[in-house]
Amino acid sequence: MRRSKYSRPDFLTQGEDRPRLTTSAMIASIAGPDQPTRPAPFGHALAALAQTDDRIVGMSADLAKYTDLHVFRSAHPDRFYQMGMAEQLLMMAAAGMAREGFQPWVTTYAVFASRRAYDFICLAIAEEMLDVKIVCALPGLTTGYGPSHQATEDLAMFRGMPNLTIIDPCDALEIEQAVPAIAAHKGPVYMRLLRGNVPLVLDEYGYTFELGKAKLLRGGRDTLVISTGLMTMRALEAAKALQKDGVDVAVLHVPTIKPLDEQAILAECRKQNRLVVVAENHTVIGGLGEAVAATLMRSDVRPAGFRQIGLPDEFLDAGALPTLHDRYGLSTNSIAASIRRWLDA
Amino acid sequence: MTQIGHNVSLPERARRIRRHALRMGEVQGQGYIAQALGIADVLAVSYFHATHYRPDDPEWEGRDRFLLSIGHYAIALYAALIEAKIIPEDELETYGTDDSRLPMSGMAAYTPGMEITGGSLGHGLGIAVGMCLGLKRKKSASFVYNLFSDGELDEGSTWEAAMSAGSYKLDNLIAIVDVNQMQADGPSLGVMNFEPLVAKFEAFGWFTQRVDGNDIEAVVRAFDAARSHPEARPRMIICDTKMAKGVPFLEARERNHFLRVEPHEWAEALRIIDAGGTA
Ligand SMILES: Cc1ncc(C[n+]2csc(CCOP(=O)(O)OP(=O)(O)O)c2C)c(N)n1
Ligand SMILES: [Mg+2]
Repeated sequence: MRRSKYSRPDFLTQGEDRPRLTTSAMIASIAGPDQPTRPAPFGHALAALAQTDDRIVGMSADLAKYTDLHVFRSAHPDRFYQMGMAEQLLMMAAAGMAREGFQPWVTTYAVFASRRAYDFICLAIAEEMLDVKIVCALPGLTTGYGPSHQATEDLAMFRGMPNLTIIDPCDALEIEQAVPAIAAHKGPVYMRLLRGNVPLVLDEYGYTFELGKAKLLRGGRDTLVISTGLMTMRALEAAKALQKDGVDVAVLHVPTIKPLDEQAILAECRKQNRLVVVAENHTVIGGLGEAVAATLMRSDVRPAGFRQIGLPDEFLDAGALPTLHDRYGLSTNSIAASIRRWLDA
Repeated sequence: MTQIGHNVSLPERARRIRRHALRMGEVQGQGYIAQALGIADVLAVSYFHATHYRPDDPEWEGRDRFLLSIGHYAIALYAALIEAKIIPEDELETYGTDDSRLPMSGMAAYTPGMEITGGSLGHGLGIAVGMCLGLKRKKSASFVYNLFSDGELDEGSTWEAAMSAGSYKLDNLIAIVDVNQMQADGPSLGVMNFEPLVAKFEAFGWFTQRVDGNDIEAVVRAFDAARSHPEARPRMIICDTKMAKGVPFLEARERNHFLRVEPHEWAEALRIIDAGGTA
C-alpha cells in the first residue's frame, strides 16, 4: 500500500468537511469485542510457579512492563534482574545464570531476540543446551508500528537453530499450561507471547497443552486447517462461520513448532484426502507452512491441495492491527474467504 | 547558518513544535507526548539555528543530515518538520492512522525529511558514523546530527559506534543524547546506571558538552561550540531534559514513557502551551 513519500495521502484532498480519521496504530488488541480474556497470563503463571521452584529467575531488557514480567517482578522482586535495553547482554547474562544452576526466564520483543540477539542465543545458550527460557511479545504481525516491531520471520530464524524448542501458544489457557511444561523441559525454549488481556478460547475445547504435541480441536470433511499461535483462534472462528454455509473444516492446532509433531500431522492428513491449509502468524517463508509441506513430501503424502495462510515476503505496512490483519489475510473473515475460494476453485 | 523566518524567535519555534506535537497526540489520544514536549527546545535549535536544509528539497545534497535514532520520537520530529515546512501542517491529523506518511514509529520510506528508520533502538549512531565517512570521501562540508535517547545508552551498538567515531576522529559528527531520565520500565538510572556520561564520552575521544536541554540559549551555545570546535574529534551534546516540559500537569505524571491523556486535557495542555508563548 505504500506510496511515494513525496505524494500526499488522498484523504487530505477531500476538502474541509472530510471525516476525522479513526483508524490507529494504537489499536493492537487481538481480542474480539466480546471475547473473554485473562490479564497477563504469562506473568501470573510464572510468579505462581516460582513459589515452588527456586531455580526460576526473571530477566528483561527494559521491557518487563510490556511483556507481563512485571507481575513476576512484583511477586518476587529479589529474583528479577533488569538488564537495561541490551538484548545481547540479556542473552549472555541468562547463559551465565543458567551455568550457575538457575533457570532464567528472559523477556523482550520477538524482533529484538531474533534479529539482534540471535548469535548470543545460538552460541551462548543453544549450543550449550542451557536451560534458558526466552519469552517474546509482539510475535508476527501483532503491532501496527511497522517492520521495526513486526517479528514476521522469527520462526524461520529460530527453526534453523539446533537444540531450541519453539512454542507458539494460541490463548491465555495455553500460556498458563505451557509455563510449567516449559519449566519442566530441560533446555532452551523460545515462546511467542501474547500479552495484556489475552483471549480465552481453548477452554471450550477441553484442551490441555503438551509440549511437542499437536491436537485436533475439531474434525471436518472438507478442509484440514493446520494452525499455530493466534491463528488457531482465528481458524476456529472461521470454521464456525463456514459451518453455517455447510463447509466442514477440521482444525489441528500445532503449538510446538519445533520439534514438530510430524506423526500427528501425517496421521491427520492421511485420514482423509482433503485440502490442507496451514495458517500461521508469520511469513510464508520458513515457518509452519513450509515445515508441514516438507513433512508431507518426505513421507509421500499428497493431500487434495496445499495452501498457506501467512504473511507475504515483504516488509509490512504500519497501521491499525485490524486493518493490517484484513490486508494480509490473517483476519477471521479473510481466512473464511480464502478457504471458500480454494474449495470453489 | 540557516535560519528560516528570521523574524520568529527560537522560543516561539519551540512553542509551535510543542503545539504541533500536542495536536498529533490528540489524534491518537495517547502516545509519546512527554518525549516530544521534552525535546522541543533542542529541535527548535536544531531546525532553526544549527541545520542547513531546503524545505522544498529534503534530499538536497548539501544539507546537514539530521538522524532520528529514536523511532518512537517520530511525533517530535514530525512536529519540527511541520514547523520547518518540510511537511504540510494539515497532515498532522493523519498521525498514526492507516496509510499516513506520519506513522507512529519513524521510517525513512514514509516521510520526507526522515533520514533513517529508527524503531529498533541503537541504530542511529552507527549509521551516522558511516554517513560521516561517506561525506568525508565526497569532500562534503555537511554535518551529521544523530539524536538518540538515554535508553539507547544501554545498547552495545551505541558504544561500538562511539568508539569508532573517536577512532576515526569524525569531526563532522554531532551526536545529541536526550537524557530525560525515562525508559520503558521506568526512570533510566534505575534501569541501568550509565553515568558518568561526560567522562565516558571524553574517554572515547569525543568533545563532550552537557547542557540543560530546555534552556534554549545554552543549547544554542552548545550547538555553536560543537560546529566550530577546532579539534578533529566527534562532538557529543548531552541534553538533560524534562519529560512533558511546558505542561505541568503532564510533567507531574510519574510513568510518562507512554502517556494516556483524557480528551478534555488536550485543550487544557494546548491552552497552557499557548499562554507560555512569546511571539
Ligand atoms: C532494540 C530495542 N529494544 C527495545 C525496544 C523497546 N523500547 C521502545 S522505547 C524503549 C525505551 C527506551 O528508552 P528511551 O528511548 O530513553 O525511552 P523514553 O525516553 O522515550 O521513555 C524500549 C525499551 C526498542 N524499540 N528497540
Ligand atoms: Mg529516555
